[in-house]
Amino acid sequence: MDIIKELKRHDILGRSGSGFPAHLKWQMVKNCNASQKFIVCNGSEGEPKNYKDKYILKKYPEYVVEGIKQALLAIPNSTAFFYLRKDYYRKFGRKLRKLSWGCDIEITKKIGRYLGGEETTICEAIETGTAEPRIKPPYPAQKGILGCPTLVSNVETFYCAGKIARGEYKGERFYTIEGGAKKRGVFKASKDATIKQILEETNNLPKFDFFVQAGGGAMGEILLPKELDKQIEGIGCIVVFNRKKTDPIKLMKQWAAFFLAENCDKCTPCREGIYRINEIISKKELDGKTLDDLFFVLEKTSLCPLGKNAFRPFETLIKKLGLCRKR
Amino acid sequence: MQKKISITINNKKYRVDGDKTILEVCKENRIDIPALCYHSDLDIKANCRMCLVKIEGEIGFKTACSTKVCDKMNITTESKEITRARKINLELIFSQHKEECFDCVWNYNCELLRLAKKYKVKINRFQDRKTKYPVYRFGNVIEFDSSKCIDCRNCVEVCHNQGVDFLEVKERGSLFQVLPSYKKNIDCIYCGQCITHCPAGAFETKDEFENIERPLKRKGKILVAQFAPSIRSSIGEEFGMKEGKIVTGKLVAALRKAGFDKVFDTSVGADFTTVTEAEEVVERIKQDRNLPILTSCCPSWVKYVEQRYPEFIPNLSSARSPQTILGALIKTYWAQENNINPEKIYVVSIMPCTSKKYEIERPQMKIQGMKSVDYVLTTREFARLLMKKKIDFTKLESEKLDAMFDSPSGAGIIYGATGGVMESAFRTAFEKLTGETLQKVDFKEIRGMKDIKEAEVKIGSGVKKIAVVNGLGNAKKLFDDIRAGKRYGYACIEVMACPGGCIGGGGQPIPTDEKIRIKRAESLYSIDRQKKVRKAHENPIVKRIYRNYFSKNQELAREILHTSYSRKPKGSVRKLD
Repeated sequence: MDIIKELKRHDILGRSGSGFPAHLKWQMVKNCNASQKFIVCNGSEGEPKNYKDKYILKKYPEYVVEGIKQALLAIPNSTAFFYLRKDYYRKFGRKLRKLSWGCDIEITKKIGRYLGGEETTICEAIETGTAEPRIKPPYPAQKGILGCPTLVSNVETFYCAGKIARGEYKGERFYTIEGGAKKRGVFKASKDATIKQILEETNNLPKFDFFVQAGGGAMGEILLPKELDKQIEGIGCIVVFNRKKTDPIKLMKQWAAFFLAENCDKCTPCREGIYRINEIISKKELDGKTLDDLFFVLEKTSLCPLGKNAFRPFETLIKKLGLCRKR
Repeated sequence: MQKKISITINNKKYRVDGDKTILEVCKENRIDIPALCYHSDLDIKANCRMCLVKIEGEIGFKTACSTKVCDKMNITTESKEITRARKINLELIFSQHKEECFDCVWNYNCELLRLAKKYKVKINRFQDRKTKYPVYRFGNVIEFDSSKCIDCRNCVEVCHNQGVDFLEVKERGSLFQVLPSYKKNIDCIYCGQCITHCPAGAFETKDEFENIERPLKRKGKILVAQFAPSIRSSIGEEFGMKEGKIVTGKLVAALRKAGFDKVFDTSVGADFTTVTEAEEVVERIKQDRNLPILTSCCPSWVKYVEQRYPEFIPNLSSARSPQTILGALIKTYWAQENNINPEKIYVVSIMPCTSKKYEIERPQMKIQGMKSVDYVLTTREFARLLMKKKIDFTKLESEKLDAMFDSPSGAGIIYGATGGVMESAFRTAFEKLTGETLQKVDFKEIRGMKDIKEAEVKIGSGVKKIAVVNGLGNAKKLFDDIRAGKRYGYACIEVMACPGGCIGGGGQPIPTDEKIRIKRAESLYSIDRQKKVRKAHENPIVKRIYRNYFSKNQELAREILHTSYSRKPKGSVRKLD
């Protein structure tokens, strides 16, 4: 079976949040002319309130490992790393090692924190032990670990590949539902489902006035009930907030504190921008123009995806809840 | 030859080399792109996010420093959106930079200020977040004002490249900062490369501003100035003159105008260093003892050996550095000849080097209980002193040096460039070892900016292997290899801590980069070419002092010419209020 063709046929998009077509990435690494290539199964799951990878590792590890094996077969001269969050390493390490017995798969512990899950950071971390992002391009698919073409894909992406290889893939995707939802947890639903459908299917569509954060507990965008007829952009994670019971300033403070602690402080917009966003929110004086400017440089000029996406929850929350009149 | 490609920048077509970055191409074609964390000596980090450009067909901005040009690329370097992004990022950079422009090593010429004007930046849009950040003082030499740091991390990289790793990025609270290392065995070697590579003026020497006139306010003292070989081809840059311009005569005039009673040339001291070191080379080669012999006129290198490679301490040449020999000669022979009480002499050195400030405090550098050199001003500090005194350097008429230490050999001049000390020592040692006259004086194999230069020299019937290293990080590589037995068999090794040698020193004008270093070095070699006396031991004053003075005062000669070394604990790292 040509797994890359199959990934294309099933229209598998990367499940780490970026939504990049998996077959393109796999093909790129395959096409590179190199005597050594690397495959990384990214199990570093660091997005707050999201734990769908943990669920997959617990319930379906054999499919994930099967997916990695498929990648090893499809990409000549390759060896693989199973890059796991420390607690996942402790929990699932032994089982995964057993499953990947006889294959060229090394189970390793994540280095760093949140940013340690970003693809160039993973390459840097595996190579040098420091969790700092690299300048793109070159992309890991061109030059990753030790300058070799490196395929970094999410646990769920490999799960899909494994399922496809065994002819069992039915177009499913995993979603974490968290926050004020009635039934919290990880659910399987169609990859094409809208947010509303997912909430309905899982009996989680609130009766109270609410909003959701879709795409991750930190990076995700804020959506109002009327905006849920769309698919999730980002990680398969929906956090439900009771609009009456949620203090938006407090919520933003949590995000700001998270990004402040988790970014690497290397580039100006992310280091200083998030610092100032945190300052503005703490003072509760939401100055529209300043925030606009900060969001602009974060999105347009940050070095890595963390900075490029960190503005989104703030911007969408402020806009949609009308927190800042001057805008 | 690199393949030429066609690109478009701001609707204009260019034919350019295919392996260059957008920033390099724009620099060559005088298209202004702001870049703060970029330095041609360093890796591309792309973290200041100022060199943003737009490339047709690509989403968002790209950083010009990290993006290579490719055929048919269509680049826009100025637009409303680009200006907005640069402006906001600059405002954010200013929000972490305490402005103290009146006493900054950049002397109002910094890129930050230029860009602030260009992009009409409100530099106080955000309150400075670092106002309470401390100043750190490394030893008695370098100060790091962390409230000015813009986190570009150039200093950390250059410190690493120097093989020192004293400056580190550490997390404090939720922010990463540049901080001095508290590790016991990691110490600053005072090379000052952090100063010349910081775009924000966060580093300076101690007293670079406040006490700059102090050495001149010595009542009842005879003020004697000496200036290092490399100053004559660098100080002009501080006054807008061409890079590498030779300004010896103006420099002498400036020193007199600044208030010095006598002006001497440290290159004469270098001739004494050369002869002393050459004698030692001859002796050690004959006895096959403590080889390779290591040059010792770079105090940062000496400190590095004492702290990190103590097993090589016996290999260091015992010859004193040029400034300390000349200082000692001024306070002994010159004082005696002129009937002056040496206690009344105050010697100030104008040096390209920050570490020379540390060298003069070494107890082994004393002469008859006195300091050989009382004060060191760097090139930058002396230039600033002139500015403060409103002395227009460019308009000064050339003047001659004062008698006795006014006339160095060509060998003494080239001390300022990497390879120069070795070449000088070779010119002398060759003749002492073989008894023949050296015909081919130029030793081109060890000139130039290559990291580690190796050569084999035929002396009589034997062949000796030598190495010349510039940049302390390269010395680390070489000596790690020697330690591991991977390289061996050297007779002599010259090490200069700074890239390019003293012409690239930490006290030199800013900016300093490879192109500028090459020009400064070329000027020194051009002076050497024009000299009649090109060998240190043929310098008449050297001959005279050896014959008339040293031969009768051997004990004193030892004190003037030689020094000693020992293991050193970590120097002080203090947090100032």
